[in-house]
Amino acid sequence: MDIVSAQQDNKVHPHKFILWVAIASIIMMFAGLTSAYIVKSGQANWQDVRLPNTFWYSTAVLLISSLTIQVAYRAIKQREMTQYRSLLIVTLVLGIAFVVLQGIGFSWLWAHGVHFDGAGAGQFLYILFGLHALHVVGGIIALIIIILKQYTGKTRSYNTVQAEVMSTYWHFVDFLWLYLLVFFVWIGK
Amino acid sequence: MSNDSTIHVHEGAVEHGVHHDGDGHHHHKQSFVSKYIFSQDHKTIAKQFLITGMAWAIVGAMFSIIFRLQIGYPDQTFPFLETFLGKWAKGGKIDPEFYYAAVTMHGTIMVFFVLTAGLSGTFANLLIPLQIGARDMASPFLNMLSYWFFFLASIIMVSSLFLSTGAHSGGWTTYPPLSALHEASSGSKRGVDFWLVSMAMFIVSQLMGGLNYVSTILNMRTKGMSMTRLPLTIWALFFTAVLGILSFPVLLSAAILLLFDRNLGTSFYLSDIYVAGQILPNEGGSPILYQHLFWFLGHPEVYIVILPTMGMVSEIMSINSRKPIFGYMAMVGSLFAICILALLVWAHHMFVSGMNPFLGGVFVLLTLLIAIPSAIKVFNWLTTIWRGNIRFTPAMLFCIGFVSIFISGGLTGIWMGNSTIDIHIHDTYFIIAHFHLVMGVAAFLGMFAGIYHWFPKMFGRYLNNTLGYIHFWVTLTGAYLIFWPMHYMGLAGVPRRYLDFSLWTSFNKFDSLNKMISIVTIIVFFVNLMFVFNFFYSIFKGRKVRTTNPWDATTLEWTTPINPGHGNWVGEIPEVHRWAYDYGKDGRDFIAQTEPVKPGETGH
Ligand code: HEM
Ligand SMILES: [Cu+2]
Repeated sequence: MDIVSAQQDNKVHPHKFILWVAIASIIMMFAGLTSAYIVKSGQANWQDVRLPNTFWYSTAVLLISSLTIQVAYRAIKQREMTQYRSLLIVTLVLGIAFVVLQGIGFSWLWAHGVHFDGAGAGQFLYILFGLHALHVVGGIIALIIIILKQYTGKTRSYNTVQAEVMSTYWHFVDFLWLYLLVFFVWIGK
Repeated sequence: MSNDSTIHVHEGAVEHGVHHDGDGHHHHKQSFVSKYIFSQDHKTIAKQFLITGMAWAIVGAMFSIIFRLQIGYPDQTFPFLETFLGKWAKGGKIDPEFYYAAVTMHGTIMVFFVLTAGLSGTFANLLIPLQIGARDMASPFLNMLSYWFFFLASIIMVSSLFLSTGAHSGGWTTYPPLSALHEASSGSKRGVDFWLVSMAMFIVSQLMGGLNYVSTILNMRTKGMSMTRLPLTIWALFFTAVLGILSFPVLLSAAILLLFDRNLGTSFYLSDIYVAGQILPNEGGSPILYQHLFWFLGHPEVYIVILPTMGMVSEIMSINSRKPIFGYMAMVGSLFAICILALLVWAHHMFVSGMNPFLGGVFVLLTLLIAIPSAIKVFNWLTTIWRGNIRFTPAMLFCIGFVSIFISGGLTGIWMGNSTIDIHIHDTYFIIAHFHLVMGVAAFLGMFAGIYHWFPKMFGRYLNNTLGYIHFWVTLTGAYLIFWPMHYMGLAGVPRRYLDFSLWTSFNKFDSLNKMISIVTIIVFFVNLMFVFNFFYSIFKGRKVRTTNPWDATTLEWTTPINPGHGNWVGEIPEVHRWAYDYGKDGRDFIAQTEPVKPGETGH
């Protein structure tokens, strides 16, 4: 009996759990695409793609934003709401900057002859990086909602679960990006 | 409807030690819209899935009626078809283009919209919270979105039927290059784009549902409900959701790449193609890549369809045999084994794709391994009813029919699982026979079993039994008459996906067989319409349920009021003290899960 009730208390918050399962399914989607990449790189006329430097800048931006959201999470745990809010906004700005930089990277590639036609890594790059950027945009929307709630909500929310879910997701898109980058830098060569 | 009280969901949330940040669980006074349309109550969402699924089933079946008519009577004209279909049936004869669209839509609708969304959507939503003792899903909001994404997918798929170039016609598997090239056929024009976008919405819906099911089962069980006390329905729905979460995203990636190939000139799946007098610039793509991605979902998908019914059949059989399920842990273990193996056998659909025969050998081995957990399940069902004190309710009959059909259709899987045999029978009617029995019919029977059994919980009334018995016997007999002979046609080499065999003299001997199959199809269709009538009639006029536990079952859903409100239990959620299968124990007919284990009693 005691064991059972003890187990109940240890349960993860359902929203956190949902996030972890969602992450598993997002991973499967990218795993499907990167294995398609590997299969296709064995076919005729495969061409590598050279990444512009912009993607290194965007990497830096995303890594920093991971840091800021982590500090924001620590802030709300200590109930330092002003710090929490400002760090959320910084993260938001960095997130938007990341997406913009990805767009700049895309247009550089496009201008340098990496188009949809032909065969090669370029096609995959647009899709993989594009889908990743969409997941960042999803995160940005969630951030905006949280920030708006912070400023408009009648009752103050010290809800750390929401902050934790948000930061976990943010770290996840960060890791996902690093995975894609490593994938393109090593396997694409 | 005196029991129709609505319970503050916050109570439940607090009991689970969960803090909700006021995202609006205040449903005391509900409007019609929030109660029946944008409802977040899992029971209402279940009904929405069920009724939408039924509508889809009728549409899907109509397609099969239309093409079976023409296959059975290739020289005949059916003027009424022209009235309905216009240019797709000029002069009352079905246009071959339309035939392809019809089989494609039939397959897509049945596999995805009826037997995935309609089935899992209904029973996962209805049973998970009720049987594990939770007030609702982990995220009722996500759950509502899951239904509405399904609805959106439905709308898009329906609209594709009305495109002037016709719906997607390249088969439910949507293989490129046929599906990737606008020039390839009329159905490959806008139809495929609609199909892909609709499926993308569908996948989103399935993922939202699946996330909820998994986290609800793992996190929101009531006190005492350890995993090994769960009814098998819940285990089955759990593994179904896991399979969906792991495999649907891969289909999404396949669909995205196909959309790019179709509309933006990429060559993921295309290479060196000459079509409609033109040489296409695409190079370096691989259509086999699509097959891998598709079947990585496609095979798990067939288990996504069948696992929920396996769970329901286990549950209903045990209840109506008044005996504990035989080999509970073996049932869970075999579900687990099926779930793992299902992810590892996809290439058995691709034995003729030119794959390396040694690789084929690996997939043969893995495929044949699935026969073991499947056989364990069949054995356990048979031993469960063996010497049982059987109550032949309609639900029970459908379960027995399920086992019978599952055996008949499953055995042929072992033939096709051997690549050497499969090379001969691939793409013939043998395959049609195999999967319609083991998946199509079996899943439908299991779904009917679930509907007959849980109808009283859903609507507080019973379905009509007499109509139920007629429904069962005609459907079962009809299913065997329709699909059994197809094995022989397949062995004789009759290919699938052909509208007219009349020029093929060696197949003329099957003419009368084909007629017979078509006639039986129509009869079965009407008997199932009768079921639909029974369903809607009984919602309003059926015999009323007067006791909370009409089937003398042990599980938690029967401890709720006859018409439970949002929140399911008035007052506290009951605590669980034993497993779900204490039937015929210690001289008692059944002992509910909520009853504490007596001192000296062996608990589970
Ligand atoms: C003993 C277990 C089973 C084995 C060994 C098996 C094996 C196979 C094989 C090898 C094929 C490919 C045949 C071909 O296209 O040449 C196939 C097709 C199929 N199987 Fe099974 N199967 C089994 C059970 C099931 C179950 C339980 C289901 C569904 C609930 C199922 C559903 C299907 C479907 C839908 C197809 C056809 C897909 C298509 O081409 O349109 N099978 N099976
Ligand atoms: Cu398969």
